[in-house]
Amino acid sequence: MALTGLDIFKLTPKTNCKDCGFPTCLAFSMKVAAGGAEISKCPHMSAEALDKLSEATAPPMKTVKIGKGETEYALGGETVLYRHEKTFVNRNRFAVSFKDSMTAEEIAAKLDNMKMVDYVRIGEAMKVEIAALQYTGNKDAYIALIKQVKESGLKVVYMLVCQDAAVLQDALALVKDENPIVYGATKDNYEAMVNLVKADKLPLGLKAANLEELYNLVEKVQGLDYKELLLGTEADNIKDAVQSTLQIRKIALKEQDRKFGYPSVVFANELAKGDKYLEISLASLLTIKYGSIIVLEDIDYARALPLFALRQNVYTDPQRPMRVEPKLYPLNGADENSPVLVTVDFALTYFIVAGEIERSKVPVWLAIPDAGGYSVLTAWAAGKFGGSSISSFIKESGAEKMTNNRKLIIPGKVAVLKGDIEDNLPGWEIMIGPDEAMHLPQFLKKLK
Amino acid sequence: MAFKMSVQGFKGKIGEVTIGTGYKAITLGGQNAVAFFEAEGEGANLPKVGLEILDIYPEEWIPSLQEIYKDVAQDPAQWAKFVEEKFNPDFICLRFMGADPNGLNKPVEECAQIAKAVAEAISLPLVIAGTNNHEKDAKLFEKVAAAVDGHNCLFLAATEDNYKAVGAAAGLAYQHKVGAESSVDINLAKQLNVLLGQLGVKNEDVVMNIGCAAAGYGFEYLVSTMDRIRLAALGQNDKTLQMPVITPVAFETWGVKESIAELEDAPEWGAREDRGIAMEVSTAASIITVGSDAVILRHPKSLETLRTFIGALV
Ligand code: B12
Ligand code: SF4
Repeated sequence: MALTGLDIFKLTPKTNCKDCGFPTCLAFSMKVAAGGAEISKCPHMSAEALDKLSEATAPPMKTVKIGKGETEYALGGETVLYRHEKTFVNRNRFAVSFKDSMTAEEIAAKLDNMKMVDYVRIGEAMKVEIAALQYTGNKDAYIALIKQVKESGLKVVYMLVCQDAAVLQDALALVKDENPIVYGATKDNYEAMVNLVKADKLPLGLKAANLEELYNLVEKVQGLDYKELLLGTEADNIKDAVQSTLQIRKIALKEQDRKFGYPSVVFANELAKGDKYLEISLASLLTIKYGSIIVLEDIDYARALPLFALRQNVYTDPQRPMRVEPKLYPLNGADENSPVLVTVDFALTYFIVAGEIERSKVPVWLAIPDAGGYSVLTAWAAGKFGGSSISSFIKESGAEKMTNNRKLIIPGKVAVLKGDIEDNLPGWEIMIGPDEAMHLPQFLKKLK
Repeated sequence: MAFKMSVQGFKGKIGEVTIGTGYKAITLGGQNAVAFFEAEGEGANLPKVGLEILDIYPEEWIPSLQEIYKDVAQDPAQWAKFVEEKFNPDFICLRFMGADPNGLNKPVEECAQIAKAVAEAISLPLVIAGTNNHEKDAKLFEKVAAAVDGHNCLFLAATEDNYKAVGAAAGLAYQHKVGAESSVDINLAKQLNVLLGQLGVKNEDVVMNIGCAAAGYGFEYLVSTMDRIRLAALGQNDKTLQMPVITPVAFETWGVKESIAELEDAPEWGAREDRGIAMEVSTAASIITVGSDAVILRHPKSLETLRTFIGALV
């Protein structure tokens, strides 16, 4: 919460000693409040006052780290409700649900799915980051479940979903070093739960029957001086769970109330009750609106392709469009016989097109002129990807020296540019490629 | 601090637009919240879900959909009737693929006949989508608007290039509803609404299409454009942005690799139909999350899913 000059003044020694370079404590305080001076310039602030200040100037939503090493992720730390106001910073993470009531085969099948659905899109890893291990009452089976996940070699964050401190004690003995999430502190067990996680500072998930109870629970846990928290928005219906997820973020950021300044956990799988497409719909909503950990029943490409791509979109920085360097790129070992393809410098387009070219294994040169970082049609409509700019790039990039092949393939969506480029590049054969990059492998193989 | 819900009192309110006639007519908009399910929202009409049909046989649709429609898809009127009886969406969107100058280039008179037959075959509201060739659409909508006079249809869409012709025919001469299509930009959306207003088309006869992209394909621009439009409409009470929004989700999602790659192109990806529905429901749920008041879908399973989704949020 923003502090006023007067709030800060109350914390100073009020001696007007001038050591800070200001004539009075009040003048100094006003300057600090306006962001024009650092509080450290006053050598006489008490430790207690500094504590209060750092508390008050901390970001409204805490960043909580889960996992360790290769699997460490930051959650939370958001400062805005709408991405255009600044940017969303720490993308939500997906979990797959496991239960001790599942057979070893069922567990193995889900683990295999998690291993299979692990790919790269626009240079980033797309995969499920968390295994949500739900305890339903059989301790031996629960321990066996954790061991099976561990032994599978899968790199994931463990989320121990359990309210029984005794069971957790044994479970933690297996995975404590991985900075797992311990999820299941309630108004009845929170003291035992905090005791369990405090020494290792493990992220602790709280849950309650409704938002108000959750709020009171946070207060109690904060009272024990524990702040590595995640907030579960469990409810028996979709409406309440979504409302809670929205409210937690709004109360933290808009009302500046730090009791709810923590990442959220939503069990989309439980809410969707086995309806996969409903689960995808809900997970999509939660990706845009304020879910931090979203639990799915399982993972397959049908779920992954839209959800991971949506998340990747939503968490890009609106102030920094993703671009690649304009250049002539040799792909698949392009040489003096390879044809030239042209596309734009929008990272999304580049990675899609380059990916398809790599899939074709056909050596080609990929020419990327400066198109303002826009998609093909956007750049064309904005006048940044036209016959003359493409032609001059081909001339200036040295393409005519790199290859003797005089075929130039343009995106199908800008077929209208053909004539214009032909006029500007005598000696070249201008070919219209397919509309969608996915048809490039077929197109290129036929070209040979 | 004691626990208190965070509820933002907005000054502005999204206008209401009614499409169709009779007991199946639908009304879009009405909320004073960014999206219908947010706590501050009051008076919202639930987002509406429509199914797409074409004026020609759906050659490019997936086999399982062709299978469902194989006996009716030769005749758009029969197809529409079948969709109404079997799936009962909130509205039907008749899309004139066959009129595209780069395709079959069907004459506009023939299209007008089809539109009339479809409108008369159903009691559901009808949304009419053109070819995306702005010149052709201007001529097409002029004829079609006359042919479906009295049915209170929504025309998709008027653009910067053809809004005069489309606005005059659909909005003024025959009192249908006008879709105002802009390219993912708050200023362009506003400008087109203002231009339509200057032409004489009333705000309550305009529905915006602010653009569409499939999840993963520049969708973040849609999110931010919707957010900004709604915050201006509600927070600053900007009347020129208080129109409800319709999003033709199916037109985009069924064209991306995730939905069209055959099993042999991507064996590990699994069945094509499964991916197609997943892309469609994810994109539709996402755009509804940021406030869209209606979505056009292709797969009946997507329709069923979105209905459950919307119903569960209130
Ligand atoms: C997001 C978006 C924007 C974003 C920019 C995003 C960006 N970095 O490009 C913003 C909001 C800034 C924007 C602005 C504009 N936009 Co815009 N935008 C879109 C939108 C919704 C998605 C674009 C996208 O990301 N596509 C995904 C990428 C991957 O597609 P792609 O680059 O085409 O690549 C594919 C294929 O072309 C092919 N491919 C690519 N390269 C190659 C190469 C070869 C050799 C081959 C064979 C194939 C191939 O493979 C890819 C995948 O299949 C589209 C509508 C849509 N759904 O497509 C409109 C759209 C492209 N925009 C449009 C317009 C008009 C504009 C503006 C001019 C509006 C204006 N008047 O200001 C401005 C221009 C910019 C400016 N003046 O500042 C129009 C273009 C109309 C037309 N047909 O000409 C569109 C189609 C919307 C519409 N229907 O009106 N836009
Ligand atoms: S150094 Fe500290 S105590 Fe001295 S005048 Fe500045 S604020 Fe006051």
